Amino acid sequence: METKIEIKNLYKIFGDDPETMLQKVRDGVTKEELNDQFNHVLGLSDINLKMPAKGIQVVMGLSGSGKSTLIRHINRLIEPTAGEVWIDGENVLEMDEKTLRDFRRNRASMVFQKFALLPHRTVMENTIYGLEIQGMGEKKAEKQAAHWIERVGLAGYEENYPGQLSGGMQQRVGLARALATDADILLMDEAFSALDPLIRTDMQNILLDLQQELHKTIVFITHDLEEALRIGDQIAILRDGQVIQQGTPQQIVLKPKDDYIADFTRDINRGRVIQLKTIMKTPNDKPGPELSGEMLVEDAAQLVTESPSSQARVTNDAGDVIGVVGINDLIRAMARPDIESRLEEL
Amino acid sequence: MDWLIEFPELGRRDLRDLRKGIDESFKSFSREYGDSIETFFDPLLYFLIWLEKLLLSTPWPLFIGIVCLIGWFASRSIKIVIGSAISLFLIGYLGMWEDTMSTVSIILVCTMLCIGIGLPIGILMSRSDRAQNIVTPILDVMQTIPSFVYLIPVVMLLGIGKVPGLLSVVIYAIPPMIRLTNLGIRLVDKEVLEAADAFGASHWQKLTQVQIPLALPNIFAGVNQTIMMSLAMVVIASMIGVTGLGQPVLKAISNQYLAMGLLNGLAIVALAIIFDRISQSYGKRLQSYRGGHGE
Repeated sequence: METKIEIKNLYKIFGDDPETMLQKVRDGVTKEELNDQFNHVLGLSDINLKMPAKGIQVVMGLSGSGKSTLIRHINRLIEPTAGEVWIDGENVLEMDEKTLRDFRRNRASMVFQKFALLPHRTVMENTIYGLEIQGMGEKKAEKQAAHWIERVGLAGYEENYPGQLSGGMQQRVGLARALATDADILLMDEAFSALDPLIRTDMQNILLDLQQELHKTIVFITHDLEEALRIGDQIAILRDGQVIQQGTPQQIVLKPKDDYIADFTRDINRGRVIQLKTIMKTPNDKPGPELSGEMLVEDAAQLVTESPSSQARVTNDAGDVIGVVGINDLIRAMARPDIESRLEEL
Repeated sequence: MDWLIEFPELGRRDLRDLRKGIDESFKSFSREYGDSIETFFDPLLYFLIWLEKLLLSTPWPLFIGIVCLIGWFASRSIKIVIGSAISLFLIGYLGMWEDTMSTVSIILVCTMLCIGIGLPIGILMSRSDRAQNIVTPILDVMQTIPSFVYLIPVVMLLGIGKVPGLLSVVIYAIPPMIRLTNLGIRLVDKEVLEAADAFGASHWQKLTQVQIPLALPNIFAGVNQTIMMSLAMVVIASMIGVTGLGQPVLKAISNQYLAMGLLNGLAIVALAIIFDRISQSYGKRLQSYRGGHGE
């Protein structure tokens, strides 16, 4: 997969003398020691990440893991202590003020956890905010914004103020504002974390729908593993300012790198993460519905239950049968992973 | 143990020399530059006189009408409009119309000056902690020093008249404007500012599209305070030649004319209430979006 954003050896140390501390961290001083002995906070430590173009890269971590700090390095709302952030062959961290401003105006937009809307402006005026900064004329901007307001389902609310809207609706405004600038990178900092669970699922659906057609490069920060698994093409898990695992949702669930991640994944509904091609067996002659190898186990279970042979034939993108799954395989996959041996295929 | 009882003060002669030195140097400064400083303020004087004449030549029903109209657009409250009309009418009926017009004109000019000078200083303070550390103690002095004390150098420099009076009113009334502008901008939500940064707003765009609009309720509270304080200062400023409602009050004090003092004093109060209600309710309407019940 093509890489859009590449982060190399990124460090961020908060405190009075980050430069000196950087050397100590490189020499192996831990976050705790840095905090206790030197009174500096290690925000990010040697981050290396490649984020896929036109995909959703999730960065997951608990509070204090440095995930919000990380996303703010991509558009340089925070200055790093050391490192590089390459986007389209340019190092964001070396841009001068004007280039950086143009980059933020045209190439990367952002959605915030607490919405960060302008309270004195209506929905329409908020949505055109980015376009206004770009210097676009009002008429054209409003036309463009109206399209996005409609797409996020807020048509009819153009003249309302954010204070009159619910949290979910406010975040739709935030999303419309970010999409309106037409930037191909979308940074989402815990964008749905402040919303009720039902509304959150709603917003995830809106995002996934939009992404089907927009193919933006999305960096999505969250502390919620369910959310990460649901929307991420790639997931990076952050702890204490370090990436401890990165991979696809399946890789994270099936092959947690350490106990910390295993703890997270224990309560996850595996049926919603594991794909048929991961658990399929060699093809046989029995009949059954033909299902895509990328279908999720949970979705397949329903169909296979209704099939007389209690099995399904798994196909690849070209439509060729590449394997079969029986109802027992599906149940086993959902209940307890007995598929270690097949993981090499991932 | 005498030295514990007797304060080690400067010798009487030294003290006199010190005062004399300061007085002399300020006198020579004002002899040297007084005229040019006066010329510098001439445009202000002309503007003030022009405005006063304009207000005086305005037919009184028209003036009351304009005030009511402004009151209506600012507050959308019929109570405020009627109250303003009645109090203005009473002021005129009781023979204080001309003095009131002088006072209104000086308050208007003073408020314009305070906004024109105070707003930029407040913005500067909000952007730099260093500026804040420098300006805050100056404001403290301006607000606590007895106003009679700074009347002395103003009069020494510019003599008695409208301009020195105006300046002393401005000195007295400008601190809240500066403080509240600074406070308002500093209180703007950090997250909204970060969003502005994330969308690539320049400093100017941030100031005009985010910071000032969001600080406006506080800035307006500053304007309101400035108007109130300049009304309060009008009486004191009349000692150095500011015409208006202050002069009859002064006359009333020295001659013990109770009714005269009371009436003119009440006229000032009435003006204050009119200005205050109108500007306050406008300030409140500015924040209507916060309550979730926009228009």
